[in-house]
Amino acid sequence: MTQQFKTKITSKHSLFDLHLKETFEYRDLIALFVKRDFVSLYKQTVLGPLWAIIQPLLTTVVFTIIFGNLAGLTTADVAGDYIVPGFLFYMSGNIVWSYFSGTLNATSGTFINNRATMGKVYYPRLVSPISTACSHLISFGIQLAMFLVFWAFYLIRGGTSITVSPMLLLVIPTVLEMMLLATGCGIIISSLTTKYRDLAMLVGFGLQLWQYGSPIAYGLQLIPERLMWLYMLNPVTPIVTTFRYALFGFGYFSLTYYLISWAVTLVLFFIGLILFSRIERTFMDTI
Amino acid sequence: MEELMIKIDNVTKQYKLGQIGGTTLRDEMQRLNARIRHKEDPTKKIGAKDYNRGETFMALNGVSFEVRKGERVGIIGHNGAGKSTLLKLLSRVTAPTSGEIGLNGRIASMLEVGTGFHPELTGRENVYMNGAILGMTKKEIDAKIEDIIEFSECRQFIDTPVKRYSSGMYVKLAFSVAAHLDSEIMIMDEVLAVGDMAFQQKCLDKMNDVSRKDGRTILYVSHNMNTIRQLCDRVVVLDHGTVIFDGDVEEGIKVYSSAFSNSSYSLDYSTVPRLSWLKNTKVKCLYAEYIGKNNIIFTGSEAPRLLLRWKNEEDITNLCLRIEIKTTDRTPIATAVCFDFYSGNKGETGESVFRLNISSLTSGEYNVNYTFFLKDSLGGNIDVDCVRGLSLIRETADCLIWNRKNWGAIQLPNLEAENV
Repeated sequence: MTQQFKTKITSKHSLFDLHLKETFEYRDLIALFVKRDFVSLYKQTVLGPLWAIIQPLLTTVVFTIIFGNLAGLTTADVAGDYIVPGFLFYMSGNIVWSYFSGTLNATSGTFINNRATMGKVYYPRLVSPISTACSHLISFGIQLAMFLVFWAFYLIRGGTSITVSPMLLLVIPTVLEMMLLATGCGIIISSLTTKYRDLAMLVGFGLQLWQYGSPIAYGLQLIPERLMWLYMLNPVTPIVTTFRYALFGFGYFSLTYYLISWAVTLVLFFIGLILFSRIERTFMDTI
Repeated sequence: MEELMIKIDNVTKQYKLGQIGGTTLRDEMQRLNARIRHKEDPTKKIGAKDYNRGETFMALNGVSFEVRKGERVGIIGHNGAGKSTLLKLLSRVTAPTSGEIGLNGRIASMLEVGTGFHPELTGRENVYMNGAILGMTKKEIDAKIEDIIEFSECRQFIDTPVKRYSSGMYVKLAFSVAAHLDSEIMIMDEVLAVGDMAFQQKCLDKMNDVSRKDGRTILYVSHNMNTIRQLCDRVVVLDHGTVIFDGDVEEGIKVYSSAFSNSSYSLDYSTVPRLSWLKNTKVKCLYAEYIGKNNIIFTGSEAPRLLLRWKNEEDITNLCLRIEIKTTDRTPIATAVCFDFYSGNKGETGESVFRLNISSLTSGEYNVNYTFFLKDSLGGNIDVDCVRGLSLIRETADCLIWNRKNWGAIQLPNLEAENV
């Protein structure tokens, strides 16, 4: 008697079996994980979600003092007579970077941090990094709201070059790209760290270097024109500059570089997905 | 015939021995380099024997069995027999090395209690979390949350963070969630170990209930044979990664337990280490033997005649002996005593033959303990030596099929009906 089974567990695994449909069926779990991450982060704190604002606010103040006032680094992405408050400039870079580094850092520990649960029950493993990316997005949303308050203040007060332009719509694809890039890099690292713990050490250090290699604490004008193509290969750069362009209404935007960074992002993300679904089957044996 | 729910077909799971994981990228690079140049592995410790590279261990070695809808299958076996590995494969925590498993329905596994509980969240939030991890949707949990809370007996604490729960409450809540799943197949691994007796019973009843009523299939792993007896209608015995028995519960338990008992009909105790609590070794048992036997099977009205030999470490007056009879899962069921049968001086060797009346025992295998003791002035007793005795198997032609699960192991003398 042969009978069709709904689920088959075998030793074989096809390269593109990414469990995406199954992951979608677990969307309630994603929602609950997001809630858990967010709620548990601020449990037993007096200020609660205010911490999401305080951190980037303080970082921005520090950046303004050190990079702006002491080091005197440029805050211009393009040459011209544009006036942008340093405070707003640093804050825009900071909230993008804090989302990116926070998400990458958290997703890179997916397997190691969840091994207790994952060693006991099956659920599509992709649920974890996705929910991490989403819960960080909430913090990002809060920070963006804070940014918009300052932004509106400068806009109303005047005296700056900030304008509202149709480019503002670019914020949405840019944020999406930022999510995909951070998650993609994170799950690549989390897949590799099941065997090589070295990478976990590298993440903190690597992210710091990456930040210096992205226009967070300085404007794009600092980069010599002949090195620009090399600098732009860093997919974070177009994300940050496009984000600033969209919000300020002026700045640096190159469609070519923007599309290249999208391509890099997508490639990294899919490499991540393939690696992740390969590793997730037997990672419990080696972790 | 009911439809097939689980089909395990020649499944193996191989683990690598020695260092895996935890290795660093640098070590790996050096090793790779060495292999390319055919040099000795530079990461190997000097003087260390060739490490276990390439050596493997088969946790499961060709396991095949099928489970039909509504069956409650117990999986038993010694530590390392492969039970947990099998469950891990079934619950898709890790993948098999070869072979195939077919599942016909959702699986809910309760491999360990409180899986996925987050300490900061309240009981109610964790019910949702845990349910979702086990594959329920929010709507399904919404419909059942009241039942779950009621069953867990934790209503009072349901909105308190679970980090303040006692371990018992943890189990109760976790079990309640799992028991209310709609999954067709349930996997339970020693989950009941932490709950109190009443709750354990409640869980077993609940499992029995859902299995009979909704035709749920249950796989239950436990070392507690009593719960296996209560819940399961079939057992699979694993040993060193293979199935050595598949079928009736009592038969299976016998197969499993037989590895613990020894089937010899004589034993030398002179070098057997004693339990540490026996500080008072005034007597040392040397030897035991069933007289006139070359096996341990006693049929019909045959009564064991037990020869015991012992040595007096001190002067002994009025030595007594207890023969304690236990089932193969070590539950004591009966004891026979012989009072004041011997007195002797230090250094002498004593010897006696005891006739043990086992006519009340029903058919089956029993473990036996011999305990020598002395009575003290207050009427208590002081154990002076205790050894694990010769096992015995009783075979009687019972006039009815004995239901051991519900009737026990002792058949008292027949009732006498009086005419009134």
